[in-house]
Amino acid sequence: MTSSLILSIVTFIYGLSAFFYIFAWIFRNTATSRLATGTAFLAIFGNTMGIALRWMESYRLGIGHAPLSNLYESLIFFAWTIGVIYIFVERKHRNKIIGAFTMPLAFLTMAYASMSPNISDRIQPLIPALKSNWLIAHVMTCFVGYAGFAVAFGTSAMFLFKKKDSEAESTLISRFPAAATLDELTHQMVTFGFLFLSIGIITGAVWANSAWGRYWGWDPKETWSLITWFVYATLLHARLMRGWHGKRIAFLSIIGFLVVMFTYFGVNYLPGLHSYGSSG
Amino acid sequence: MAEDRGSSDLFKQIWLFFASVKLTVTVLLTLAATSIIGTLIPQNESPAAYVNAFGDFIYRIFYILDIFDMYHSWWFQFLLLLLATNVIVCSVERLSATWKIIFTENPKFNPNQFTGQKEKEKYVTGCSLEQTQKRYAPYISKLFNYNRIESLDDGYRILAEKGRWTRLGVYTVHLSVLLLLTGGLVGSFFGFEGFVNIPEGETVSSITLRNTGQKKPLDFSIRCEDFDVQFYDTGAPKEYRSSLTVIEGGKPILKKDIIVNDPLRYRGINVFQSSYGTLSPKEVTLSFKSQSTSMVYMKTAVKGNAVEIPENGGEFIFQDYRNSFDFRGHDLGEVFLGTLKSPDGSNANVILPKRFPEFDKMRKSRWLISVTDAEYRYYTGLQVTKDPSVWIVYAGFIIMILGCFITFFMSHQRIFIEVLEKGKHRAVLVSGTSDRNKLGMNKKIKTIAQELTRLGEV
Ligand code: HEM
Repeated sequence: MTSSLILSIVTFIYGLSAFFYIFAWIFRNTATSRLATGTAFLAIFGNTMGIALRWMESYRLGIGHAPLSNLYESLIFFAWTIGVIYIFVERKHRNKIIGAFTMPLAFLTMAYASMSPNISDRIQPLIPALKSNWLIAHVMTCFVGYAGFAVAFGTSAMFLFKKKDSEAESTLISRFPAAATLDELTHQMVTFGFLFLSIGIITGAVWANSAWGRYWGWDPKETWSLITWFVYATLLHARLMRGWHGKRIAFLSIIGFLVVMFTYFGVNYLPGLHSYGSSG
Repeated sequence: MAEDRGSSDLFKQIWLFFASVKLTVTVLLTLAATSIIGTLIPQNESPAAYVNAFGDFIYRIFYILDIFDMYHSWWFQFLLLLLATNVIVCSVERLSATWKIIFTENPKFNPNQFTGQKEKEKYVTGCSLEQTQKRYAPYISKLFNYNRIESLDDGYRILAEKGRWTRLGVYTVHLSVLLLLTGGLVGSFFGFEGFVNIPEGETVSSITLRNTGQKKPLDFSIRCEDFDVQFYDTGAPKEYRSSLTVIEGGKPILKKDIIVNDPLRYRGINVFQSSYGTLSPKEVTLSFKSQSTSMVYMKTAVKGNAVEIPENGGEFIFQDYRNSFDFRGHDLGEVFLGTLKSPDGSNANVILPKRFPEFDKMRKSRWLISVTDAEYRYYTGLQVTKDPSVWIVYAGFIIMILGCFITFFMSHQRIFIEVLEKGKHRAVLVSGTSDRNKLGMNKKIKTIAQELTRLGEV
């Protein structure tokens, strides 16, 4: 069995898990919610195996390298981190409704990686610029950070729904965790993401310095990661200002995640870009 | 007097303006928003390209606003300066209060702060005051490194805390931001970024600066002994490798093979592999086929020098190389140009396309000349930089990571346990505060209360 096949199946399992989480939330079905967690574990396990197998396959092809070198591989890793972080949150806060808002993100990521015609799942050899341990550290930390922001995006959205329905008219929303818990969770996930984004930008800078002799060059990708960092730094400080609790923080977290998505996917559509792939 | 007050009021207002978090949020959002511009409009291209794209009028406005090099523009630098001032003033403003909290012998515990807390645990126990104290105190002192016991008329309190110093975390994060800004500034004054192309076997001692295009002499010379490029089967590049020698005072000082991600560093100057190209060959191996005897002779021709042709055939001079050549509307690709001097004194111009060995048949002469091999030379493209401030920046990186870790995952936690006589029982109240992660602290108080309850069972 090839890693690509395993990962296609994993996509399906993530989808199933997301479906179970949503079903369990809407119909308040404990059996399904247990099933949801079970499938989530299965998906993460399969995801792990897929990544490991892909790594081994690359060695069999004689071009061995960690599977973090192109868009496909980064998406697979991104989905994995979202899954793992979510499971931690679920264990810690004993609330499975958050799964209905984060598992779909893991599923969409995998689905995009597996199905988009623009993304090749071929194992490619590394071009010279990408042969650096800093690159591995860079990609891993960035995506752990992004995954933290993704979960924060989910909890912020839940927070806004909860606030909108303060009278608890909707039974669906009344099952959410308390608004204060969601707010605190958002903050925790943002701080977690901010730490890893900072490390990601830093390892990227060290890598750039080892490959091209400059740690910062205002390349569009670099600049957009800095913009992301500014947005989340704003969020951390906005909390200290009077009147900036709750809703506005949730909005900032949602804007922040949109910026993350642009940094990840959108930058390639900017004009006059020289991507990392081609330089060096 | 009144004027004095006025000016100190003004100073105070300015000070508070720079100490405010509102300014931080404004500046950070402005930086985020304006940074987008430079990613939409490609930076540092030629003026002609911009006029072409935007028209004369908009070009002028953008030019005045430094949009074409916006990250180094006065207004962007001003925003960074504002951020730096903000960080400094804000930290100075708060540090003394934090300092007092951290470096005190006897931390103050305000009982109302704890008894008024929303999340607290209460229970009663049958144990006596002394018994509870004997059991509780060691447990708490294991969890918190500072603790003390205060006696009350009808009971006692255990006050404990830990992680006071973690309040400094935020200051280290802010310090790291200052280090990064300083490093960037120092680097822009005392560093440079340039490039140089060195043909294999040749030596250079100056480079071209990237932003101004000026030549800059180095204190030493660099010779490229050899350049090599390897490809994967797919055609993608696998490795670029230059063998370099640093020469100082006519003597070779240092030899190193550099590849991408593994530069040469010498006297604060870094030399990086960044590109390569081919140079026109200086030598070509030619085959001369005699049409009369059918003999084939191989000769190596060096550019500009004459080679003697056997069978008393005269001589051939390799004049020039072109990597494309138009012949009656057809591109012949790479060609070698030369002159054939016959013994009778007549000269013929010869065109030798590398791709078409039979091409020379067209001349219908005694010799059919074709190219068998050419000695190509590479040049290596090197990026040459110096940044004496990179250590300031790297120190900033490390401090930022440490500071963020301390700030986000550690906290100053205080706990308050009050045990009072209440009829036949002792009433216990467990409460606590933390400067961050309140949710985690509430959980911790619950766990501690549970454990104390268990310890207090008779
Ligand atoms: C790019 C610049 C900056 C970065 C990266 C940064 C980073 C941080 C971080 C990570 C925190 C901790 C937030 C949390 O606990 O969730 C923080 C807190 C804080 N920052 Fe900044 N900061 C920056 C600029 C500033 C500036 C200019 C000010 C000036 C007013 C400022 C004032 C504060 C204050 C007052 C706190 C709260 C301290 C506390 O909780 O005791 N920051 N900053």
